[in-house]
Amino acid sequence: MNRRWRIGLTSIFIALVVAPLLLAGFVAPYPYAEQHREYPYAPPAAVRFVKARPFVEVGGRWCEVRLLPGNGRLFGVAAPCVIFLSGTDGNGRDVFSRLLYGGRISLMTGLLSAFLSLALGLAAGVVAGYFGGWPDWLLMRGGELVMALPWLYLLLATRALLPLHISAVEAFVWPAAIIGAVGWVRPARLIRGVVLSGKERGFVLAARGFGAGHAYLIRRHLLPLTGSVVVTQATVLIPLYMLAEMSLSFLGLGVEEPMPSWGNMLTEASHYHALILHRWLLAPGVAAIPVLLGFLLLADTLLDGRHD
Amino acid sequence: MLFLRYFGAVVLVVLTPVSGASGDALVLSGVTGERGGTLVFGQRNEPKTFNPVIAADAASRELILRVMADLIHINRATQLTEPALAKSWTVSHDGLHYVLSLRRGVRFSDGQPFTADDVVFSFQVYLDEKVRSPQRDLLLLEGKPISVRKLDSYRVAVDLPRPYAVAERLFDGLAILPRHILEPVYREGKLAQAWNLSSLPTEVVGLGPFRFKQFLAGQRVVLERNPYYWKVDQAGIQLPYLSEVDLEFAGSEDTQVLRFQAGQSDVISRMSARNFAALEKDRVRRGYTLSDVGPGLEYSFLFFNLNELPEGASPEAVARQRLFRRASFRRAVSVAIDREALVRLVYLGRAAALSTPVPLGDKAWVNAKLPHIVRSLPQAHQALAAAGFSRAPDGALLDPEGKPVEFSIITSAGNAERLQMATLIQDDLKQLGINVHVVPLEFGSLVNRVFQTHDYEACLMSLIDSDADPNPDMAVWLSSAGNHLWHPEQKTPATPWEGDIDRLMREQMVTRNRNERKRIFDRVQEILMENLPLIPLLSPDILVGAKNGLGNFRPAMMDHYVLWNIEELYWRAEAR
Repeated sequence: MNRRWRIGLTSIFIALVVAPLLLAGFVAPYPYAEQHREYPYAPPAAVRFVKARPFVEVGGRWCEVRLLPGNGRLFGVAAPCVIFLSGTDGNGRDVFSRLLYGGRISLMTGLLSAFLSLALGLAAGVVAGYFGGWPDWLLMRGGELVMALPWLYLLLATRALLPLHISAVEAFVWPAAIIGAVGWVRPARLIRGVVLSGKERGFVLAARGFGAGHAYLIRRHLLPLTGSVVVTQATVLIPLYMLAEMSLSFLGLGVEEPMPSWGNMLTEASHYHALILHRWLLAPGVAAIPVLLGFLLLADTLLDGRHD
Repeated sequence: MLFLRYFGAVVLVVLTPVSGASGDALVLSGVTGERGGTLVFGQRNEPKTFNPVIAADAASRELILRVMADLIHINRATQLTEPALAKSWTVSHDGLHYVLSLRRGVRFSDGQPFTADDVVFSFQVYLDEKVRSPQRDLLLLEGKPISVRKLDSYRVAVDLPRPYAVAERLFDGLAILPRHILEPVYREGKLAQAWNLSSLPTEVVGLGPFRFKQFLAGQRVVLERNPYYWKVDQAGIQLPYLSEVDLEFAGSEDTQVLRFQAGQSDVISRMSARNFAALEKDRVRRGYTLSDVGPGLEYSFLFFNLNELPEGASPEAVARQRLFRRASFRRAVSVAIDREALVRLVYLGRAAALSTPVPLGDKAWVNAKLPHIVRSLPQAHQALAAAGFSRAPDGALLDPEGKPVEFSIITSAGNAERLQMATLIQDDLKQLGINVHVVPLEFGSLVNRVFQTHDYEACLMSLIDSDADPNPDMAVWLSSAGNHLWHPEQKTPATPWEGDIDRLMREQMVTRNRNERKRIFDRVQEILMENLPLIPLLSPDILVGAKNGLGNFRPAMMDHYVLWNIEELYWRAEAR
């Protein structure tokens, strides 16, 4: 298969996997915080088709699943029936709905922090590579220092110092900001390398000979050279940072209850009782596989192209 | 030598059942069993010390009390006091003077005799300010220490500075120390460093059923039978029955549960309701029994920060403080909380909702006349409307000044149950229009906020009482005390009702008539429920398990929940 086809196919795969997450407000049958206190730890509902019409079982009763039931959701069942495609957690919240909303948060954190770290990395890499000298030394040694710090422990220690009132947006942005701010070093090093070799290329030297200024050279000749590195880095960093967000939330440092993320959902699943009695709580771990795989496949395909 | 020691023990056994004259062994009537065998127990945390004088953490204390003995002991099953090293005692009419008669012929685990000198020395050490024993506070009544004098080799006089309702209960858990070993160390001023984790296990000498045999940091403590132990069963067999006890450190509850399920440990203590349910699945196949002992001495509650605000506090903080200080607001919050849902969802039904801030395990002291709190949103709305609160068009609750009501609840991140309770309460209060943030904090920083910086709004917490009596909670209810959670260490009571509680609690402490005490404490609970400084939530059940072949296994709701009668535990023949 040629490369363009492979890129297209993996992109479609990613879009298919990611779309329900982005459309969580429509696809999920319930809001993420809605508690069905009569149904704690309900197992995933059995689904059966009768004459091509889907039914779910709830407590021995079969209820018809209707498309677009009129509450702004993709599907649902009429009250008092309930539909828990992936079971419920200890508070009786629908795991499937929380999976979608939580996935959206993990994904957005991944995207946001990848964007942030690439932006920082691009700026630092170009400055270090282009100007050399003391800015280069300062940025690269600073970067090494950032990489050497044990961030997880620092975060655990500083969490207690944060204010108690954090709005939902802040709660989502701060892990993303931290992950992004810590992650700029690797892209910066790569981009510095590209810029270092790029500024010795014939057309750059020629442009400089004709009197082009620093800003022009960087904008017209050097930044375009970094494009492919930035794109492949993005595809590598997004899944990496999604995992980072999951680890932070898993440890209780990311988004907080009742807002879900795949990480804080897995916290409940990590207990012994969940592994024995409530295995459906592991759903976020399973759901993460196709999403992460999609991005990594894309990165692989893009990198293959570069070697050709 | 070994033979002689053993012989000595046998002589003691033979003589005791006949009469109490020469050897004063305590005969446990109704107790039978067989000697031999090892018990493996999965201990969650490692001890920090083997020194009973300075041990403050539960892991150390629970371990030390298996190798030490006290003068008067609280029977964990009946919750009544019973003779231990003191075989009997008399009290003067005013309740101030006790004379304790000690058991004769008792020996420490190194074979040295036990006398009144050891008792006097022990109290001297516990009461010495320089030693900084956490037990010292228990032996002070209104700031004055009790005094202990030797009358003769087997009698000591205990004088209280003022009457104390349950003076006998003071002696429980107070390990009697071997003077012959610790006095030189004490004279050098090094008692606090003695018997630490790097000491040889055999150096630690006590009067308990077992003595230390081996300690492997990070792995286990092995206890072996104390050949000089002073209790015998009804057939005259010297206790304990078990030859060895192997306490293996598990580190976490999940590890404890896994090991118990795999048969690697014989007894499990205090597990969560969820793990209890998970173990239930394999119960028959694996051959263990699980028991729900019922609600214990733990109680969970929510409280608001009622401390004085520091100079220069933000206007929001001032407004929030005004809000928290309204008893009507606290009552509305209380009645909006669905306690039945907390019991059902968080503890899978293995807990009991509270209608007073007294643990349900403390049955005799709970004021049963206080009404059950049934969740009622209309009632909450009514109370809030009467106090001038209103609702915004979007449903948000507005305080009498027209500001939306919003606050955060801090809770320990390490406790999954409390965290889940907080999220359920968050949802309950959302239906009142209150926006609640749940903030899980590492336990140390939570404690720091509540007791030091007072920088929090509301907190969800649990306390575990050390005894089924109102007195262990004196430090919670007295306004001047450090554990007066919502507003600790007040110079003078901040509110009239806190003054009333101070007066009543001090009164019950010196009242020796039990019914009168009960009446006073009932009144304290009424005041507490009128003002709700602590909004009571629930008392979790004590959930334990043991292998089927373990005889005399009688779990209790006081510590040590499963090994409190360790000297009576034995393996039935078929289980060996």
